[in-house]
Amino acid sequence: MQEFFHMGGYALYVWSSYAIGLVVLLANVVAPIRRQRRLKADIARGIRREQARSA
Amino acid sequence: MWNFLHKMASPRYFHRITGRMVPWLGAITLLLILAGLYGGLVLAPADYEQGESYRIIYLHVPAAWMSMFIYMVMAVAAAIGLIWHLKLAEVVATASAPIGASFTFLALVTGSLWGKPMWGTWWVWDARLTSELILLFLYIGFIALQGAIEDRRTAARAGAVLLLVGVINIPIIHYSVEWWNTLHQGPTITKFDKPSIHLSMLIPLLLMALGFKLYYITVMLMRARCEVLDRERRSGWVRELIGPGN
Repeated sequence: MQEFFHMGGYALYVWSSYAIGLVVLLANVVAPIRRQRRLKADIARGIRREQARSA
Repeated sequence: MWNFLHKMASPRYFHRITGRMVPWLGAITLLLILAGLYGGLVLAPADYEQGESYRIIYLHVPAAWMSMFIYMVMAVAAAIGLIWHLKLAEVVATASAPIGASFTFLALVTGSLWGKPMWGTWWVWDARLTSELILLFLYIGFIALQGAIEDRRTAARAGAVLLLVGVINIPIIHYSVEWWNTLHQGPTITKFDKPSIHLSMLIPLLLMALGFKLYYITVMLMRARCEVLDRERRSGWVRELIGPGN
């Protein structure tokens, strides 16, 4: 197990590659989820405002 | 098939169908990447020349492939949008850009982290590295252009022209290691006659490549769904979907 994390002395290069990879891949999943949430709230607000005006 | 494509051109239908597809695609993506990582980091043997450091390949090469693949998808989508004024094609191009930029960034950074222990330098201005950096600038240029132009139609047209002109960079990246002397090693996988890589290394690499491709489709659809919702916010089906209660 220790050997696995040691990566034959290249641990710094190998594991920072995979750490950056993980961050980049996760960021691209989180971004659209957040955008969708904001967008839906924004559209709903617009609808409510219109209804309040016409009422 | 034609019928399906025709229906997908309807924003409402696209939004509904892709909403059902995304969780499944995400699950398959996760399985493929986990299998690829296990095969690449645990099962595959060390390289006889580069030792354990070569394991960056399982991230670097699929990311570099994706950086070019996504660009070509965007260029084709842009051409379709330009010729047939298909809005969905514009949506696909816009939704793909940040993902393509991400993979290009990842290819450059992992290449740098691989180059340091193997070549003794983080960066050289050789053909392969420089043309990949230009690819990153093309992605960033496209995103900036889309953000700078208010009118959607004009933005799509300007973006399409940029993408189509930039296609010239793709064969340059691909053949750069053959055309110019470079530190970067030549192709290992795409030599069809006799790939110079052992199966125990090749299989995890292909799993990662397939996983990245599905990852791209998944997150591109997630972004495209947002884009469709934003563009169609005035239409009846979006208002119905969001409803006054939410």
